Amino acid sequence: MPTILKRQGIDVPLLLFALLLTVYGIAMVFSAGQTDAVSGAYATLWQRQLGFFLVALCLAYAIMQGSVRLIEWAAWPLYLFSCGLLVLVLFVGTGAGTAASMKSWLSIGGYRIGQPAELAKLATILMLARVLAARRESPRALLELWQPLLVVAVPWLLVLAQKDVGTAIVFIGICFVMLFWAGVSWPVLLMLASPGISLLLAFSTGAWGAWFLLLGALMLWYRPYLLEGATLMLANVSMGIIAPILWERLNPYQQNRLLVFLDPSYDPLKAGWNVFQSKVAIGSGGLVGNGFTLGSQKRLQFLPERHTDFIFSVVGEELGFIGVSIALTLFLALFLRTTRVASRANDAFPSLVAMGILAAWMVHVIVNIGMTLGLMPVTGIPLPFFSNGGSFLMVSWMSVAVLLRISAEGRGLPDGLGL
Amino acid sequence: MSFHPNEVLRRARVARGVVMAVFVALGGAFFRTQVLQNAEYVLQSEKNRLREVPLPGARGIIYDRKGEIIAENLPGYQVSIISPTVDSLRSALVALSRIVPIDSTQQEQAVSRFRRSPKRPAVIFPDASFEVISMLEERRVEFPGLIIQSSPKRYYPDAVAMAALIGYTGEISPEELLLPQYSDYKPGQEVGKAGLEKQYEVKLRGTEGRRFVEVDARNRVVRDNGVRADEAPEAPPPLRTNLDLDLQKYAHEYFGDSLRGAVVALDPRTGGVLALYSAPSYDVNRFVGGVSGKYFKSLLDDPGKPLYNRALQGTYAPASTWKLATAVIGLQRGLVTMDSRMPQPCSGAFYYGRVFKCWNHSGHGDVTLAQAIAKSCDVYFYQLGLKIGLANLVAGGVKLGFKDRTNIDLPNERRPAWPESIDYFNKRYGPRGWNQSVVLSLAIGQADNSQTPLNMARFYTALATDGAAATPQIVAQTPARAQILNLTTEQLQGLQLALADVVSRGTAAGAQIQGLTIAGKTGTAQNPPHPDNAWFVGYAPANNPTIVVAIMIEEGLHGSAAARVATKMMERYLKAKLTLTTVTND
Repeated sequence: MPTILKRQGIDVPLLLFALLLTVYGIAMVFSAGQTDAVSGAYATLWQRQLGFFLVALCLAYAIMQGSVRLIEWAAWPLYLFSCGLLVLVLFVGTGAGTAASMKSWLSIGGYRIGQPAELAKLATILMLARVLAARRESPRALLELWQPLLVVAVPWLLVLAQKDVGTAIVFIGICFVMLFWAGVSWPVLLMLASPGISLLLAFSTGAWGAWFLLLGALMLWYRPYLLEGATLMLANVSMGIIAPILWERLNPYQQNRLLVFLDPSYDPLKAGWNVFQSKVAIGSGGLVGNGFTLGSQKRLQFLPERHTDFIFSVVGEELGFIGVSIALTLFLALFLRTTRVASRANDAFPSLVAMGILAAWMVHVIVNIGMTLGLMPVTGIPLPFFSNGGSFLMVSWMSVAVLLRISAEGRGLPDGLGL
Repeated sequence: MSFHPNEVLRRARVARGVVMAVFVALGGAFFRTQVLQNAEYVLQSEKNRLREVPLPGARGIIYDRKGEIIAENLPGYQVSIISPTVDSLRSALVALSRIVPIDSTQQEQAVSRFRRSPKRPAVIFPDASFEVISMLEERRVEFPGLIIQSSPKRYYPDAVAMAALIGYTGEISPEELLLPQYSDYKPGQEVGKAGLEKQYEVKLRGTEGRRFVEVDARNRVVRDNGVRADEAPEAPPPLRTNLDLDLQKYAHEYFGDSLRGAVVALDPRTGGVLALYSAPSYDVNRFVGGVSGKYFKSLLDDPGKPLYNRALQGTYAPASTWKLATAVIGLQRGLVTMDSRMPQPCSGAFYYGRVFKCWNHSGHGDVTLAQAIAKSCDVYFYQLGLKIGLANLVAGGVKLGFKDRTNIDLPNERRPAWPESIDYFNKRYGPRGWNQSVVLSLAIGQADNSQTPLNMARFYTALATDGAAATPQIVAQTPARAQILNLTTEQLQGLQLALADVVSRGTAAGAQIQGLTIAGKTGTAQNPPHPDNAWFVGYAPANNPTIVVAIMIEEGLHGSAAARVATKMMERYLKAKLTLTTVTND
């Protein structure tokens, strides 16, 4: 079987890592449904997830029958389509579960068919790759980046309008990683990030002042255009001013999440409850865990959002540090394999797409897994291949398919690390 | 854009470095949480899921001196419920009340128990009937937090005979919880409320066991056995007492329903309390775990005042039984011998400012001290009192312990009343409100003198033995005796002979028992406007006393009536003793 796949140009390790992660994930969704609850509403979710997986495999197979050219061609329509859905969802979106206030679901006739934001991530990656690949030179100035930034800004703002902070962070991650991969220099990336950093540092006057000194030094050294430098400084100043206003505009639960992140002992009975119980679950797992399906934190429902946001806490509780290590190793292997795909792609577009997909997954993994340990704020973004949810699994496997296609068309050159 | 292979390789190296750094950091964070901090989180996880259900421990069994059971434990059931909040407790109570009757008081009690310690299951029925248990067991699935467990119930086989000393147990009250001696008690636990149960709480208290149930995030019980090994409750070793259950029951029978009074029986050599009874009595079993308002009210309304412990708290003028104290003070001061006569023979009355009558209006004639004791001649003792003088008589009484509690090992003993000095009269009646004639009344055990039957029994333990009074003790085996009579052997023997004469040919002659020499003194205390109270304090066998009995019958008219009961009890005790071996405390 592997030889047949190889002959067809299939990247066997990549496929294997993704398959193992998905099987692992479905097993955890099954386990998450095994509770002492009177109603077994979640007990059969794994079957649905398995069904979605089979559909996702078919979709992936279909994509692999195409070519990178076709994917590149599809970038525009897909991008417009997903942006259209994001706009639509602003008006007809419905909330789900604990995130009821986030109108991020698209439903027809009361039946939820998916989260357009998931598709928008892939579409934005494709579109951004197209725009960046079309350029001959690496940009030296921020103003030259208006096209790629616009491509990200549209879906990003639409997602922000849904108050989906987690997904918005993913877009920022995608944007920076792909710009980096496109050869944008460090000073430019730093300048681009500076308003955001200002926004975060504005809550401490001292830190903000220090940041301004650093930024000034950077400008003296890099010497951007006058207009560009002035705009940048203005942006930083205004960010510092609007930060408190923006804070006021956040929902109380979002404020709580950020406060809990900064100080986990803050109101542990309410806002910190989820993170606290997640840490208890993970910590009590020990080296080998309590055994598959046997975690008491999960079984007795102390652990919230067991199927989705906190599914990795179930891994930690039931399979221990060993189970966690296996999952992390699989993710690491998949990601390193993805960088290989990116570095061996035969053109700028596929290379950028591979890196964009890696960026999206990385942000998901860092934010989601970091959140289960209280290292990241609780933003409620799912863990790829693990979290229960059809559209996200589908998009993840579409991404895998795109990577496999790129890999198949890539150069056979060994890269520096020999991976 | 720059996609020269060398550029791409350089950036790929950076990307791989970042990815690996991120995963190493995540792995490290999980290692720290799962391996290094594991114990801490395991503890927290256990705390999350386990709730402790206390298993009440049985209290220690109380035995009498022969090994008869005075207090024991019967199997009982307790119903409690685990609730996350007061609101859910209330709604559970409402739901439960559709199956078994729970009145509003019980509901409020359960809520207040929950408020006082929300971590423990709130007790609904401390002592549930088998009926309630079977009804609840049937529908148990509907109430996941419901806990039914055995809870030993205190029981006194001879509750009515024992009421004066045994006390009872009940749930610790919020007020008691604040006291330092109950600092390690938790709400809902059982505690001795009175009598021996309270006095020996430390020795009688059972050690509470623990059971664990598993609850979910909403505090509903998911599993209630095999979660963790139970810790079994433990009962303390039994408490052995000096009491004689047979004698106690005999006293109860003798007093019956109509007589009111008290009896105390002591072993004069050790101070061991053989019996302590107050009549009328009541069923102390009905007090265990909380007395019903109806029963309590019926006891309060009873004209016989059964809740009034006459043996410990009842103080009565000791009347002629106190003449021995006057005699002792006179002998100690060398004012009289057993053969001394008084200047004025008894003609039935004595004039000192006014006429003081003798109980025998026809008079006793010229009598010695020994005869005066046997005949209980008031006129003789009036003159002896005058001879001693008020100050000396008062001081002598204080020395003999008539102003002090006996320090029996029971709570709530009342202090007897006796003037501490002449100042007492000044304070009480004003400097001109009294005169020396009070010494006449004091000398015959009247006026400002009221003693508990227990204290009179204590005084006679000194007369019965070598002049040392024994502290009454229910549990302790080591005698605590104090020499209070400062008399020569001849003087003491003279008094003892006179006391024996009281029963053989004196005022208690009608109370003789065949084959038993009994010594003692009757007393007939004026109790206006009511009929006289009857006293008898004595001991037997007269030559080597092993029992002292003090008995007081309210409105018993004459001491000879009391003497008949007392001598019967002595007979009962001494004859039973010949056939039964005693059980020693270990």
